[in-house]
Amino acid sequence: MSEKVLMKGNEALAEAAIMAGCHHYFGYPITPQTEVAAYMAKRMPKIDGGVFLQAESEIAAINMVIGVASTGKRVMTSSSSPGISLKSEGLSYLAGCDLPALVVNVQRGGPGLGGIQPSQSDYFQATRGAGHGDFHTLVLAPNSVQEMVDMVFKGFDLAEKYRIPAMILSDGTMGQMMEPVSLDMGEIKEYDKSWALTGTKGERKPNIVNSLFLEASELEKFNFERFERYKQIEENEAMYEEYRMEDAEICVVAFGVASRVSHNAIDEARKQGIKVGMIRPITLWPFPKKVLNAAADKVKAFISVELSMGQMIEDIELAIRCKKPVELCNRVGGMIPSTAEVLEKIKEVNGGVK
Amino acid sequence: MVVFEKPKALTDAPLHYCPGCTHGIIHRLVAEAIDELGIQGRTIGVASVGCSVFTYNYFNCDMVQAAHGRAPAVATGVKRSDKNNIVFTYQGDGDLAAIGTAETVHSAARGENITVIFVNNAIYGMTGGQMAPTTLPGQVTQTSPYGRDTEAVGFPVKVCEMLSKVDGATYLERVAVNNVANVKKAKKAIKKAFQNQIEGKGFSLVEVLSTCPTNWGMAPDKSLKWLEENMIPYYPLGVYKDKYAKEEE
Repeated sequence: MSEKVLMKGNEALAEAAIMAGCHHYFGYPITPQTEVAAYMAKRMPKIDGGVFLQAESEIAAINMVIGVASTGKRVMTSSSSPGISLKSEGLSYLAGCDLPALVVNVQRGGPGLGGIQPSQSDYFQATRGAGHGDFHTLVLAPNSVQEMVDMVFKGFDLAEKYRIPAMILSDGTMGQMMEPVSLDMGEIKEYDKSWALTGTKGERKPNIVNSLFLEASELEKFNFERFERYKQIEENEAMYEEYRMEDAEICVVAFGVASRVSHNAIDEARKQGIKVGMIRPITLWPFPKKVLNAAADKVKAFISVELSMGQMIEDIELAIRCKKPVELCNRVGGMIPSTAEVLEKIKEVNGGVK
Repeated sequence: MVVFEKPKALTDAPLHYCPGCTHGIIHRLVAEAIDELGIQGRTIGVASVGCSVFTYNYFNCDMVQAAHGRAPAVATGVKRSDKNNIVFTYQGDGDLAAIGTAETVHSAARGENITVIFVNNAIYGMTGGQMAPTTLPGQVTQTSPYGRDTEAVGFPVKVCEMLSKVDGATYLERVAVNNVANVKKAKKAIKKAFQNQIEGKGFSLVEVLSTCPTNWGMAPDKSLKWLEENMIPYYPLGVYKDKYAKEEE
């Protein structure tokens, strides 16, 4: 299907998952991811072998995901911020068991119950491995309905390739807005699934999916091995988009909805003669460190535009080794910075840049 | 003629359980049931957290190790992935009746076509003998050193009785492994719980009253006697629900 259809972000994401071969979905009601579950509830029963199950809790839902993932099939769950906190135990087990799965976080404001408006304040939680222990989750941050679709395909593919859980870090804006999308995904790659629990059928030794290793040296070995894979991911899978960076003296860094606002502010600033561009991380883990570090040798300052109290800004500072100043431009609690506010920040930084 | 051998559904790994613990008997009964039903090649077990955490080393079939209390949710995923899988969980009382209560009740309510082996020894064994949801009134444990005070911490959870009120549950039976006659009954119940799943009948749970000599602070023979004199009166043995009992008669 190469023609474009008009779809809501959350529904496009759900349809993309089905097209990517994910026929098992487990969830628990929470706003603002509601449409994902509603769409799955409608579609899955119409698919041969399709399963939609509303679990008794977020915790149960992620553990059902673990069950399907351990059999080697594509599976997903979706939730919003408070629900992801509950799923973090399961994320740790997915990582510890080396299981691929897709988890979607349509973020809302926090902490606590917070609100139901868009937010990016789960950045730390997502990028630092939500849950106990040493691990990472692959984090994809779409900024359009088309990318919601593309990131579903990408997320499943990378999750299976590296045997890690992948997360789509979206927000209420991405989930609710409608845009034309193409659901053309190309070929689904097949990866080795000899580890999967499919029953021995009397033909092989039992497979065990497990994260318990009481022998310290054994646990260390598995952690080292896992981080070798993480190193490969950091090396090969960081995704980003550059916008008007050729001659930029100021580099805006923004993802998701913040990058759309920043895009407009940059165009406006350019009209006023300010040399500003943007690097938009598409993967938040792995964070596109190299391109940012290279940009730090050219630009005079960075601006991190975020819907949080300043979380990604720390990754920018680490990536550029604090070679240049990084300013924060933010709104929180469900508020979104306006083009004018971002423009104002660009002008302020431009005024300070000599 | 072979008159006695190890079930094929058990591996050769030596069990780590304490001397006198009845987990070994229950493992054997589960394995015998799997052998006799000829389902080893399509059985997937879910290990829980507690003394039975290492069951993935003992059952000779595909196994997944679940987080504390989550085994029925993981089992739900495994079963829903392929309904031809025969899926069982093996859980203790802390796992099933405290931290995993929601997963237990709701997998029963959904009528998940799985088999739950619930080992009730009235104590947290693995962590060194703390008060369990099934610890008897007055029973001394590490965290109820003056005996379980029902005024302060309430009463034990009777799992079979509770689940018997859940419409979705198919088969609930409480058995014990304190003497030969009861072990035979336990075997029959466990086999039936697997048979039900093969026939697509839904959620089956067998509660097995078990001993913990180490944490009860008793010799194995005294433990069996204590089980008989204290646990069985509080947790009466028998069938609590059997949805298909009539049609079988």
